[in-house]
Amino acid sequence: MADVRAEDILKPRWDPALKGRAQRVLAVLGAASAIVAVAGWFIAVNVLNGHPAAVLFLCIAPALTALLLAAGIAAIAFAGPIGRLLSALAAPIFFGGVAGLIVLVWVYGMATSFVDGLIATTAPAAPHGATVFGGPLTTQVILDALPHPVHCPVVSWLLWPLQFGPVRDVMGLIGVIGFVSLFAMFAIWWERKVAGRIQSRLGPMRVGGWHGWAQSLADGIKLIGKEDLIPAGADRPLFRLAPYLAFVPALCAFVALPFGAYWVVRNLDVALIFVLAMVGVEVIGVILGGWASNNKWSLYGAMREACQMVSYEIPMGMTLLIPIMTVGTLNLVQIGEAQRDGWISWLAFRNPFLFVAMFAYFIASLASCKRAPFDLPEAESELVAGFMTEYSGFRWCLFFFAEYAAMFVVSALATTLFLGAWHSPLPAAWGKALAGGNWLAKGLHGLLFSGPLWFIFKSIFLVYVQMWVRWTLPRIRIDQVLYACVQVLLPLAMVALLGNTFWELLVARGSVLAGLANVILSLIGAVLVLGFVVIMVYGRMNRRRLVGTLAVDHLPGA
Amino acid sequence: MTPEEIARLLQDTFPDAITDVAMGTPQPYVVVAAVRWPQVAYFLRDDPRLGFNMLRCLSGVDRPAKNELEAVYDLIAMRPADAGPDAYWLAASVFAVVVRVDRARPRIPSVAGVWPAADWHEREAYDLFGIVFEGHPDSVEDHDGLHPRRILCPDDWAGYPLRKDYLFPIEYHGIPGTTEYEMPNPVH
Amino acid sequence: MAADTTLDSLPDLLADLDRPTIESSDLRTEEMLVNMGPQHPSTHGVLRLVLRTDGEMVLEAVPHIGYLHRCAEKIGENLQPYQFVPKTDRMDYLAAMNNNHVFALAVEKLAGIAVPERAKYIRIIMAELNRIASHLVSFGTYGLDMGAFTPFLYAFREREYILDLFEAACGARLTYSYITIGGVTFDLPEGFVDRCREFLDYFEPKIDEYNRLLSYNHIFTKRTANVGVIRAEDAIRWGLTGPCLRGSGVKWDLRKCLPYDIYDRFTFDVPVGLPPGGEPPVPPGMPKARVPPGVVVGDAWNRYFVRVIEMYWSVQIIRQALDQLPSGDYRTKVPRNVKLPEASVYLEGENPRGQLGFLVVGDGNPIPYRVKARGPSFCNLSITTHVCRNCLLADVPAIIGSIDVVLGEVDR
Repeated sequence: MADVRAEDILKPRWDPALKGRAQRVLAVLGAASAIVAVAGWFIAVNVLNGHPAAVLFLCIAPALTALLLAAGIAAIAFAGPIGRLLSALAAPIFFGGVAGLIVLVWVYGMATSFVDGLIATTAPAAPHGATVFGGPLTTQVILDALPHPVHCPVVSWLLWPLQFGPVRDVMGLIGVIGFVSLFAMFAIWWERKVAGRIQSRLGPMRVGGWHGWAQSLADGIKLIGKEDLIPAGADRPLFRLAPYLAFVPALCAFVALPFGAYWVVRNLDVALIFVLAMVGVEVIGVILGGWASNNKWSLYGAMREACQMVSYEIPMGMTLLIPIMTVGTLNLVQIGEAQRDGWISWLAFRNPFLFVAMFAYFIASLASCKRAPFDLPEAESELVAGFMTEYSGFRWCLFFFAEYAAMFVVSALATTLFLGAWHSPLPAAWGKALAGGNWLAKGLHGLLFSGPLWFIFKSIFLVYVQMWVRWTLPRIRIDQVLYACVQVLLPLAMVALLGNTFWELLVARGSVLAGLANVILSLIGAVLVLGFVVIMVYGRMNRRRLVGTLAVDHLPGA
Repeated sequence: MTPEEIARLLQDTFPDAITDVAMGTPQPYVVVAAVRWPQVAYFLRDDPRLGFNMLRCLSGVDRPAKNELEAVYDLIAMRPADAGPDAYWLAASVFAVVVRVDRARPRIPSVAGVWPAADWHEREAYDLFGIVFEGHPDSVEDHDGLHPRRILCPDDWAGYPLRKDYLFPIEYHGIPGTTEYEMPNPVH
Repeated sequence: MAADTTLDSLPDLLADLDRPTIESSDLRTEEMLVNMGPQHPSTHGVLRLVLRTDGEMVLEAVPHIGYLHRCAEKIGENLQPYQFVPKTDRMDYLAAMNNNHVFALAVEKLAGIAVPERAKYIRIIMAELNRIASHLVSFGTYGLDMGAFTPFLYAFREREYILDLFEAACGARLTYSYITIGGVTFDLPEGFVDRCREFLDYFEPKIDEYNRLLSYNHIFTKRTANVGVIRAEDAIRWGLTGPCLRGSGVKWDLRKCLPYDIYDRFTFDVPVGLPPGGEPPVPPGMPKARVPPGVVVGDAWNRYFVRVIEMYWSVQIIRQALDQLPSGDYRTKVPRNVKLPEASVYLEGENPRGQLGFLVVGDGNPIPYRVKARGPSFCNLSITTHVCRNCLLADVPAIIGSIDVVLGEVDR
């Protein structure tokens, strides 16, 4: 043991041979990229007449690659100091990064609307994104149209690809994947904090410093580094496929979710059916995972899951039909727009059947997300981990992410269809003055009256209610789950559907009855929300008295 | 009923089955012949004066000095009080029965039909002492004959650990079983 | 038979290794043999249950024990009683004080050792505190088995105080060896009585909180009511004791029916299983308890609820004992090699899980000839096969959790 020093264990360093080899590889690739960039510049300018696409692919992209590789070489060379700097600045970098992402998204929104405006004025007849790389706008046109502060060629080059549909789609997808990943990481940390607080303890406190904010990051890194284990006798292709079949549909569902009036990757006319279909495909991933594990317990989890998710699709779909019927379209953006007049106009408060439907949908969505009290498929105390028993490392991470993504999707559906989508409780009309102003006013309007932040906030609130229910209630047995579905929720959904049908037929839109119902339900909703806030504040202010001084003074975390 | 009365009642009813009586000890008991034990057991349970409905414990005791194995049955008669359902049940009597068998061929008829609690207790007595309870509901047949299934040791364990002359096996499926200096039963 | 066998002379027994009573060839095509344990989150220890299932329906459940067998009884034939006391700690490790208590009483009865009054009161206080701690664990883990994660942490938060009290008295949090032959090992430290009273005042209202959080919860009631029903006659015949017996409606508690030590000096009541609408006895000043609809006498809910109400009465016993606590010696001076007479004694005490019995056989030496421990969980667990017939898979943890097994005293 004499040749192992303490420093080797405490501060592992790169093997110098490996370091040198990595640097050499990067240097070779960087040099190649630089050569390609220079050659590409000549070809693009002289042979292809400076066509923007050519310049982009033959010159700019290789140049950027060369720069990145050079940065990589520097990072390896100075790994130690850089590492120390990063760990000291980890929190500011992370939070700054998140803030920067938000700013970036906002800038992207302005850029796309600017480009759309240009297309509308200069080439209204050309269908948007009709050709792949011969679009209506050239960099010169963009440059001429840019306002004073950003009037420079670099910006016009950056804005040029945004006129093409595929590019926008790719950016949208990157945004979706980024948002889902960030949300999943946030939700995992938050679930542990919420669970801790409900259980009279603190939750993660150490990793990263402030209330363990980096817990998810650390868990993610640990999971990626774990051994890739496939049980003997497992069906290898299906075992590998199952997590992706569970995760990808949840991601796909985000494509149709409207974060704002124009903040949707694809404004589908059948958006609701698409989202429900994606949530349904997740079941296959779960069943495959349980089957392919070669484990009776996983099989039990998979069978229960199949039973449960499929049966709860029915009340879920039925309760979702009710707002559809009221608004008259499956297009989520239009449904959101129908609720733009503030709290009173939210669909949940239009008539009693919609109000009941909201709660029925929430319960059905709990079951479809496999959340307690319906978490039999992953019931820890009976099935070890249900269908996820044999999954470890990154595969398990994907299942876990899929669960949180699905939670957000169903909450987002509830928000869009019942709770005013991306509108604040204040009517959007009150901010009309802001909406027409400059970029700062527009930003403020989005913040206060109508914007993606409200959508995210409401969905996260519903996710929080899901977590709250999970850590309070015990688990229901499978026969009771099915009983609740078929004998309680389904009749309730049917009655609400019928009731809403008759309401729409018989009660005129602006009549006294409709107005009365609207006002009463809005008041009930407001009382519920305010009651929640009041109870939370009261509990926080009186926490010493409610828990008991013995617990607070003696034990940590009460 | 006091232990003396119970012992007298048993001797009157089964004069040939009760071979010994010990009353002055902290645990008064009678000794019952193994062959007649089930009949005595049914009598103990069903006779209205006795009513021993719970078998508290069945312990094996190894007496190599007398070449005997003992099975000690501790019984209690519990019955509801006359004062109604809200009153505590009464411990009407407490008694013990000892059945002694030969160490070379220890066989006692099973009383699992009388007190189902005896089921697991008899399996444990067989497992740790080797007393074969004939007619046990969970019997298995192997090279040792028909005997109750072992409960604490693995099913293919050799030997009866709580006997005074038990030697720990040298090896069990490749796992070495001896302690220091290869002695299976070291004395410090 | 003496085992001087070598590996060669053993017949090919690997094929029969731990042969289950349920043979694979017995199965019909739609049936499945599932192994629950030995490592499983809800079997409360290393218990192996082999289940024959048809879909979600469990047709038969056979428990296999012995994974925690540590030869305690063999060791008892090699150690003096005061040396054996730590072994009794580890049998039912959640109720170590109670185990020590019963063993000490058995040996003292056999050897005729008198115990000072103060020691008797301290023993009762410790035994009842441990009863509360053990019931808290049982309550918390039962909620956990049913999927309610939160009551578990509340129960353990309360238990931390009890463990702190124990640590102040004897230095250990789980295996105390505090109650020993002749009395207790150390006297109560200064301030113990006040802290104990403070804890009791803090804890008593919490039981009502637990009832409102878990016991009356609709989902919990639906999971445990009418599940694993054991009739009173069956309970007595199968040797069930403790809350399992009382949950079936049998008002039997050793502390009341066959009082041992000084339990007859305290006033307390003992809850039993009741039908819906029934009101279990709760001390005056506490909110009334009630049995929700759907519950049946002898089901899992009643067994669980008996434990919850017992915590109330343990608090009362401790309060009375603290009030009556005399001063004096905490231990008689027992000589090192006390010869045990050539007799046997069998003594049972009311443990949180049932009646723990010790048979101590002396032969004139200081070391006992035979020590037999009758673990309550051993007898309670034997009813599993009888009860888990044609129940759902999700009911198996409900039943095992309500029987409240600790494998340490099943296997010893």
